[in-house]
Amino acid sequence: MSLPDLRGATAIVGVAESDLGEVGPDRYAIELAAQAAGAALAEAGLNTRDVDGLFCAIAGRGMAPLDVAEYLGVRPRYTDGTMVGGSSFISHLHHAALAITTGACDVALIVYGSTARSDSGRGRLPSGPPELPSYEAAYRPRMPITGYALAAARHMHQYGTTRTHLAEVAVAARRWAALNPKAFVRDPLTIDEVLASRIVSSPLSSLDCCLVTDGGGAVVVTSAERARDLPRPPVYLLGAGEAHWHRTISQMPDLTVTAATESSTRAYAMAGVGPRDVDGVQLYDAFTINTILFLEDLGFCAKGEGGDFVSGGRIAPGGALPVNTNGGGLSYCHPGMYGIFPLIEATRQIRGEAGERQQPGVSIALTHGNGGQLSSQVTAILGGQETL
Amino acid sequence: MTGFAPHREYTDRLGTGSVPYQTCDGCLSAVFPPRVICPRCGATELRWSESAGLGTVYSISVISPRDALPYPVVLVDLDEGFRMMSTVVEIPAEDVRIGARVRARVDQDGPSGPRVVFAAEGRSEGES
Repeated sequence: MSLPDLRGATAIVGVAESDLGEVGPDRYAIELAAQAAGAALAEAGLNTRDVDGLFCAIAGRGMAPLDVAEYLGVRPRYTDGTMVGGSSFISHLHHAALAITTGACDVALIVYGSTARSDSGRGRLPSGPPELPSYEAAYRPRMPITGYALAAARHMHQYGTTRTHLAEVAVAARRWAALNPKAFVRDPLTIDEVLASRIVSSPLSSLDCCLVTDGGGAVVVTSAERARDLPRPPVYLLGAGEAHWHRTISQMPDLTVTAATESSTRAYAMAGVGPRDVDGVQLYDAFTINTILFLEDLGFCAKGEGGDFVSGGRIAPGGALPVNTNGGGLSYCHPGMYGIFPLIEATRQIRGEAGERQQPGVSIALTHGNGGQLSSQVTAILGGQETL
Repeated sequence: MTGFAPHREYTDRLGTGSVPYQTCDGCLSAVFPPRVICPRCGATELRWSESAGLGTVYSISVISPRDALPYPVVLVDLDEGFRMMSTVVEIPAEDVRIGARVRARVDQDGPSGPRVVFAAEGRSEGES
């Protein structure tokens, strides 16, 4: 049996964030998830009683779909709690498209919430016995940053990538954030300030790292047919692909090449488009090196050329390729797992609803999620009505 | 039953000062970290071997805690064909280079029991 043809078969019909930033000590992750779910469903002209497919993952909560379903009063006939770190939600979009296309569900709700920022210091962080013995812990890496630092060091060694190249990524994200009223940090930032910030795990400094914020997000997906009867312009899933090759950084085969090479190949093939057709890019930028690696692995430049590619403001406002137009995990919002937010931003860019940061004529947007330590890679390509 | 408790077997062997890893009888590849099935070919016959301990630094990050000395975290490619996370001792953290040749020894007093650490070994790869 072959897979159903997913291209254009399903569409995103509602997206929303919850309150973002720092929401205060008396609120819980599931409340932010539910706040986002309510807003995304309202935008879609639907409500919780319409939801029959539930897709969610919350860090440290093994039965998140059960918690969320009970809280929302949803009784799904299809549930997916796939937990592949920050890439989970783009994976959920792929799975939702398969489930809807095969008739397993009709209205899929993808939802996330976290109080990562407010949790720090109030002892609410999840902990438990490790799933496996660790062959890394004895060396006291500061995870996750050290995993990404090892990749950055290797990329610099092999390709001459510099800390200035990394700083270009942080500065571009901040310039986008300045255009996004919901971004957590909007002050101007210079290359010199990034270079002068404290090195945490070399070669990465504190300003090479994403924020830690609170926040939730939700995405509602249904069939293309049903989407046409709903209030918002449908944003179609044109292609999706997933890949993962390792979990721990010491087992990543080549620290300069991620499984995004494979996930994007699958997504482009399904969508029938290539990188040159993409009008806007929303990447999982947990660290500045991510953006460079993913622009290479997604085919926007050759391997090793990512540093030069991001230089001179090319991915910043006014540059040739808009990347992370919401300000990204570096400056907009990063509540533990970021992957639902690039999906929300890609949808808004295609609908033309991104306000001051809106790019002209976005027909095709690529959104890419990353989980673990450059471990799980999931790519999705979205398009407006004219791309069908 | 030791075949099904590979982590215990590994730590026991480390305790004797050896740098243990496994080799696959099916595809002859080196296997690390320890496990009960070959991640390359799926064979379930894995044999314990002892590494000669020579390797090359594949990547490095120096961690700078606010209140303690900086220390290096490295990935080392052992000559037998497996990679492990470790640290380099006896030289300043900032002097450790990608491509440097290193030699393993077992630090019996690691923070959570015996662990493999590396010291610089002669000339770096690519130097003459």
